[in-house]
Amino acid sequence: MEPVKPHTHDETVTSLNNTDFYKHQLRVALRNCGVINPESIDEYIAFDGYSALARALTEQTPAEIVEIVLKSGLRGRGGAGFPTGRKWQFAADAQNDVKYVACNADEGDPGAFMDRSVLEGDPHSVIEAMVIAGYAVGAHQGYIYVRAEYPIAVERLNIAIRQAKEYGFLGDNIFGTGFAFDLEIRLGAGAFVCGEETALITSIEGNRGEPRPRPPFPAVKGLFGKPTLLNNVETYANIPWILQNGWEKFAAIGTEKSKGTKIFALGGKIRNTGLVEVPIGTTLRTVVEEVGGGCPGGKKFKAAQTGGPSGGCIPAAHIDIPIDYESLSSIGSMMGSGGLIIMDEDNCMVDIARYFLDFTVDESCGKCTPCRIGTKRLCQLLDKITGGSGTMEDVELLEELCAHISNNSLCALGQTAPNPVLSTLRYFRDEYEAHVIDKKCPAGVCKGLLQYGINDKCTGCTACVRVCPTGAISGKVKEKHVIDPAKCIKCNACMEKCRFNAIVKG
Amino acid sequence: MPNTKTVVPFSAAPGQLEKLDAVIAGYKGKPGATMPVLQEAQEIFGYLPEEVQIKIAEGLGLSLSEVYGVVSFYTQFSVNPKGRKQVSVCMGTACYVKGAGEILERVEKKIGCKAGSVTEDGQFSIDATRCIGACGLAPVMIVDGDVYGRLSPDQVDGILEKYMKG
Repeated sequence: MEPVKPHTHDETVTSLNNTDFYKHQLRVALRNCGVINPESIDEYIAFDGYSALARALTEQTPAEIVEIVLKSGLRGRGGAGFPTGRKWQFAADAQNDVKYVACNADEGDPGAFMDRSVLEGDPHSVIEAMVIAGYAVGAHQGYIYVRAEYPIAVERLNIAIRQAKEYGFLGDNIFGTGFAFDLEIRLGAGAFVCGEETALITSIEGNRGEPRPRPPFPAVKGLFGKPTLLNNVETYANIPWILQNGWEKFAAIGTEKSKGTKIFALGGKIRNTGLVEVPIGTTLRTVVEEVGGGCPGGKKFKAAQTGGPSGGCIPAAHIDIPIDYESLSSIGSMMGSGGLIIMDEDNCMVDIARYFLDFTVDESCGKCTPCRIGTKRLCQLLDKITGGSGTMEDVELLEELCAHISNNSLCALGQTAPNPVLSTLRYFRDEYEAHVIDKKCPAGVCKGLLQYGINDKCTGCTACVRVCPTGAISGKVKEKHVIDPAKCIKCNACMEKCRFNAIVKG
Repeated sequence: MPNTKTVVPFSAAPGQLEKLDAVIAGYKGKPGATMPVLQEAQEIFGYLPEEVQIKIAEGLGLSLSEVYGVVSFYTQFSVNPKGRKQVSVCMGTACYVKGAGEILERVEKKIGCKAGSVTEDGQFSIDATRCIGACGLAPVMIVDGDVYGRLSPDQVDGILEKYMKG
C-alpha cells in the first residue's frame, strides 16, 4: 500500500460551489436545506429565522408587507404563476371577521419533489411565512395540506409547529404584540386533483376533493366559505428571504416578468439527478448539459418534460429556451411545479403521452363530463395507437378531442390534461406516424409493435424452444431457429433465456 | 385502482372498536372531521371495511353514502385488507421513464399477485403507487417500509427473497 502523500500547494480541491452541478445554482427557497438541522428551531433562528416575522409584527404594517411582496414580483410556484402579491392583496381587501391562510403541500405532480424537500429540510421557513401571511391579510388560523405520501415531511412539520408554539412564534400573543395565529396540518389521501386550489379547500372541509367553479376565488370565498389565502410551499419559502433581504434584491434575480429563482426536480435520463435551484430564465441547455451533466451512456437528449401531467415535452430543437413562465407556455409546455424529466432516444413519446393520460384518467375526479369521459377516450385512442391498430383518423380525432377537453373542462386538471398529447403531436408527429403507418415503435418501447427475431448468433441450442409458452419458435438442433410472429406473444421469455444474444427485438 | 368489496369477513381485534369510538368522540362536531377520522380508523384496522364505515357515519352524524363517497374518492383509503408486508413500486414519471414498468412486472411475477391485490396467504400486497418524491433515486420500490432505489429488474428477486424468508 502506498503511503498517503501530504497535500502540496499545486494540488487544489474544487470548492463545491464551483462544481458544474452547483455553479449555476442560486439557493433562495432551498437556502437552509441540508445546511441546518430541520428538527432544531435554534439552528433556524441562528440563520436569521423568524427575524422577518419579528420585524413584520413590530415595525411593519400589514399593508407594507403586501406592498413588499407585490414589488418583489414573486409569482406562484405551484404552476400557474399568478402574482403572489396580488393574491395577498385580494385576501387582505376581503371584508370578513374570519379569514384563513392555507399552504398547498399536495405535491402530486409525478416527478417533482421540491415541496417535500423544503418541508423536510426547512419546515420553519414555511411556518414563518404563513404567520407573516396571516398578519398581512388578517387571518388567525392556518392549514397546511400535505399529501399522505410524505410521512417524513409531516413528522418534521409537527416537530416544527410544536417548537414554534413553545417559542411563542405561534399562539395567542406572538412577540408580545397581541397578534394570534395557529396552524394545523391536514393530510391528503392520494388524490392528484386536490392540488387544484378549490379541490384542496373542499378536501380540507372533509369532502370528496372535487373542484368548484371560480369565481368566487378562494381569496373571496374559500375554506368554510371564508376568504382564504392559498399559496404553495415553495412560494412561502421565498417570503422570509424577501423580507430579510428586501424586494429589490429578489426582483434583481430572474427575467423581466418572472422574478427570483425556481427549483426544478431534475430526473429521468440524466447523469446528475436531484433538486436544482436556478435563477428563472436560465436556459434548458445549461440545466441539462452543465448542471445535469447530460444523458448517461452517451445517449442523445430527446426531450425534457415539464409541468407533469399538465405540461408538455420540450424537444431538443428548443434546448436553448430560457425557462420562464411565458417562454414555456409559448412552446406548448408549462413551468408547472418544477418537475423536469429528461428523456433520451430510448423513450417513446407516444408512450409518454399515453402514460400521462393513463394518469389523468385515474385522477379525474369525475365531476365534469369533458374531463371524465374525454380523457378516457383520449387514453383509449393512445392505447390503440401504441397497440399497433391505430389509423391516421385516430390521430386527427385525438387533436379534435384535445381541443374539446381543454376548452370545456371545469378545472385546470381537465383544461391541461391534453397538453402531453398536443405537445408530443406537435414535436414528434413522425413518431405517431411511425406507429400508425409503419406499425413500428422507433424507440422499441411499445410492446404491441415489437417484433422478435433470431440473428446469426443462434447456435441452435433449443433453450428458447423449451421456454416459449406458445410454441412460436422452431428449428433443428445446432441450426439457426426462427420465430413465428403470428404465434409470438412477446413475453420476452426467449430473450431472457438466450445465452448468445441471438434474440433481437425491434 | 380496484376498490371492490373484499370477500374476507370482518372481525375486530380486542380494543380496536374502543379506539375507534375514542377517535370519533375526539373529532365529533369539528369542521372537516371525516378525513382525519377515516385516516385514523385505517391506522387502527389497516383498512376500512363496511362495518367501520357504518360506525363512523353514525358517530359523526353523516349518511353512509357520504362516508363511502370520501373513502372511494381517495386512493389511500382501502376497503380491502393489505398484506402483512406491502410492496409499493413507484410509477412516477422519473421512475416510469427509467423502466418502473419492468420492475413492477418482476415484482408481480415473484410474489404471485397483481398490483392492487394481496396474496392468498395475506403475506404480501403489491401497489403501483403515485410518485413518492424520490425521483433522484429512480426507479424506486418500497418493501415493508424499506426504500430501494436505482433498481434494475435483475435485483428485484433477490430483494424480495429477503422478505419472503422473514
